[in-house]
Amino acid sequence: MTQLAEETPTQEKKTLGFWIYLMTDCVLFAALFATFAVLRGSTFGGPSGHDIFDLQFVLIETMILLTSSFTAGLAILGAGRGFKKQTLFWLVITFLLGAAFLTLELSEFSKLAAEGNGWTHSAFLSSYFTLVGTHGLHIAIGLLWLFVMIFRLWRFKFKKTDINRLALFGLFWHFLDVIWIFIFSIVYLIGGMA
Amino acid sequence: MFNNIQQLIFGRLTASDFVHDPIMAGAGFAMIGALVLAIIGLTYFKKWKWLWRTWITSLDPKKIGVMYILVSVVMLLRGLADALLLRTQQATDVSGGLLTSDHFQQIFSAHGSIMIFFVAMGIIFGIFNLIIPTQIGARDVAFPFLNSVSFWLFAAGMILINAPLIVGEFSAAGWLAYPPLSELQFSPGVGVDYWIWSLQIAGIGSLLSGINFFVTIIKMRAPGMKMMMMPIFVWSALASLVLVMFAFPILTATLGMLSLDRLLGMHFFTATAGGNPMLYINLIWAWGHPEVYILVLPAFGIFSEVVATFSGKKLFGYKSMVVALAAITFLSFTVWLHHFFTMGAGADVNTFFGIMTMIIAIPTGVKVFNWIFTMYRGRVRFTTPMLWFMGFIVTFTLGGLTGVLMSVPAADFQFHNSLFLVAHFHTMIVGGVLFGAFAGFAYWFPKFTGYTLNEKLGKYAFWFWIVGFLLAFGPLYILGFMGATRRLDHYDPSLGWQGLFVVAGVGVLIICVGVFFQILQLIYSIIHRNKNRVGSDPWNGRTLEWSISSPPKEYNFAVIPTVTTRDAFWESKKSNHAHTEVPKYEDIWVPKNSGAGVIVGAFALAFGIAVIWHIWWLLIVGLVGVIVTLIIRLTNDDTEEKITAAQLAHHEGVKAV
Ligand code: HEM
Ligand SMILES: [Cu+2]
Repeated sequence: MTQLAEETPTQEKKTLGFWIYLMTDCVLFAALFATFAVLRGSTFGGPSGHDIFDLQFVLIETMILLTSSFTAGLAILGAGRGFKKQTLFWLVITFLLGAAFLTLELSEFSKLAAEGNGWTHSAFLSSYFTLVGTHGLHIAIGLLWLFVMIFRLWRFKFKKTDINRLALFGLFWHFLDVIWIFIFSIVYLIGGMA
Repeated sequence: MFNNIQQLIFGRLTASDFVHDPIMAGAGFAMIGALVLAIIGLTYFKKWKWLWRTWITSLDPKKIGVMYILVSVVMLLRGLADALLLRTQQATDVSGGLLTSDHFQQIFSAHGSIMIFFVAMGIIFGIFNLIIPTQIGARDVAFPFLNSVSFWLFAAGMILINAPLIVGEFSAAGWLAYPPLSELQFSPGVGVDYWIWSLQIAGIGSLLSGINFFVTIIKMRAPGMKMMMMPIFVWSALASLVLVMFAFPILTATLGMLSLDRLLGMHFFTATAGGNPMLYINLIWAWGHPEVYILVLPAFGIFSEVVATFSGKKLFGYKSMVVALAAITFLSFTVWLHHFFTMGAGADVNTFFGIMTMIIAIPTGVKVFNWIFTMYRGRVRFTTPMLWFMGFIVTFTLGGLTGVLMSVPAADFQFHNSLFLVAHFHTMIVGGVLFGAFAGFAYWFPKFTGYTLNEKLGKYAFWFWIVGFLLAFGPLYILGFMGATRRLDHYDPSLGWQGLFVVAGVGVLIICVGVFFQILQLIYSIIHRNKNRVGSDPWNGRTLEWSISSPPKEYNFAVIPTVTTRDAFWESKKSNHAHTEVPKYEDIWVPKNSGAGVIVGAFALAFGIAVIWHIWWLLIVGLVGVIVTLIIRLTNDDTEEKITAAQLAHHEGVKAV
């Protein structure tokens, strides 16, 4: 029940704050990327990236995540025009794609662990699991957020504040896409070279 | 079977973890005693509701600021007690000393971590809460609820770092917990975990605060206040906040990796399996060097305000101050390697970082000259804040010079890890950050209470502090030259160091007298407050916080002022037509109280205890608790309440008529 005139500045503050949060998250990832770059060669006699990465599999993951970013964009477009059904539909699709991505990532992790290439094996593997896993953790948080939003949109009336939250979610989800592109190129493409 | 169940419920916590040696047990009992007393007192005087309503659930940054400062003061006493023990040990070592090596190591680790994270950080965030909104002409911070979460995360971290006095042990790996010593192999106990999680939880709070205040400054300045019209303290805060935003995520990542090593058997920084301890040291100082500027830049800001006000002049070289702040902010990310020239990065790398370190001294020097020129031909009033400022100029110049000495890599091979270094950084951090906080405390105290502190007792406190300080740290420079390394729990009597250590010990005792006078001053001033009542502007101030009532109302400004110049309040006093207009009140919105902040803090504390002691069920409780509380709060749209124009006029009427 905020005063109407206050609402625009409030939303502006939130948007700026959220951008800054994303920037700090970028710094966090930068630290993890730097760590990966330093420890990439420290395989301690174990496998290197070249031995364990399956680029085709990662490409599928990438496609799924990029598509989910696109569907999230469609949902936000719909919300801006007040199309509730359309918004809900695309949000659910986004959720499913995100969940599929996370499932694939976890199956890749458990496959590696089952083959004896878990994170305790070498510094390289530790940094690999941590960097990719931190991105996965963000995706999981994003899914939780998405779930709460879908639930609220489905149960309650469509409010201005909901649309604002949706816009922030969009930023978050696109941001995770960008981080993933870096993971794809630095960890899998460069890190996977012989 | 019994063992399994016990482990399921209590993790690695056992009854024997509560057994401590007499000194720690004494401190632990004192803490519990104080807590019990507080609880009895609150119950007896029926103050629980009051505590909950006016403080714990408050989203008013002024309340939150006071709570930050309260915690920091208590932690300062704890840190000082630690320092006293360290000094006693070194002064009496020839006759055996009173501490074991292990206990000595825990104490210096606790002293350093507490002083940096829970004294210095607490003080600056407390001051940010109190001063930033009032100086920029705002009613609140950008995200009031987030502010409360930040504070309670800070409080949770504070509880975790003090808990080892009662249960378990603290880290013995120094305030930065260098691996491989801090790895499981060499520190298998809970000590390092306490250190990691205390800092991690408090650090996330700081990061959130950093974002919050940054947005506050960017978005919530009074209409007309351009960036170059902001009070210089706000500029210094802005610089410090930018550093928080860029540096703290590195700390979060680094602590996270260290704890993954310890919890999940990873190998980031271990001595085996390809781990790289030097990577940790690079990362932690990539946060650590900016951190020292995070602490000291706001102190610079405070001194700038103090010196301008008490010289009755505008600050000399405002623009150059801003440029210097910006330069320091940028450069502070380019010098971290000076903390380990001895690592063996090679002559070229060392030279680069040595030169960068020398360059960063230049903007700092510019500021010192600006302050001195501000006083020049001013009508200087030597109040206590001014005395702290004068003390600061002396110690800061001394500390700055020794810093430049150490920035020469070849020389640093001698100074590295010596008591010379310990003396240097205490000169900067005590003489800079603490003195700055003391100056700010005396300066702004009347604004938030409505009465001044007793000047005479304040002056006593200052003189004991400065003399004690020089005696406590002067000898360490000499000892450093003589080859004494830091963190020494024993040394050979034949070295002839004891005399100087005794002098240093006496210095700390004199500092304690200074602290005693500060406490006395506070109590005395509160008791005699009616004699020292002052209006809204006791010092003939220059900036907007002096234009509102003391103490300020919850909403700070009934009518948001329009700003046209720097030193807005000073100029309006000079032109003097501000008071003639009849204010036009409008409805305003203030945040409702919320208990969600303290609940998030409590669950975070539970989470911390759980990871430290490997109590997995509690870990899930903590995590789910934090998430659910946040979801409930963040999906709530009804978080503000209205103060109508009529109510506002009523509140203000009392004052205006
Ligand atoms: C108030 C008077 C203070 C005294 C008498 C004091 C005394 C000491 C002593 C005796 C040591 C151990 C030196 C050694 O390694 O041999 C020490 C270390 C340290 N102090 Fe202080 N200190 C004071 C204030 C502060 C403050 C305000 C801060 C920071 C805000 C601070 C931060 C540190 C740090 C980071 C260490 C290094 C701990 C380590 O070696 O891991 N001290 N101090
Ligand atoms: Cu440094």
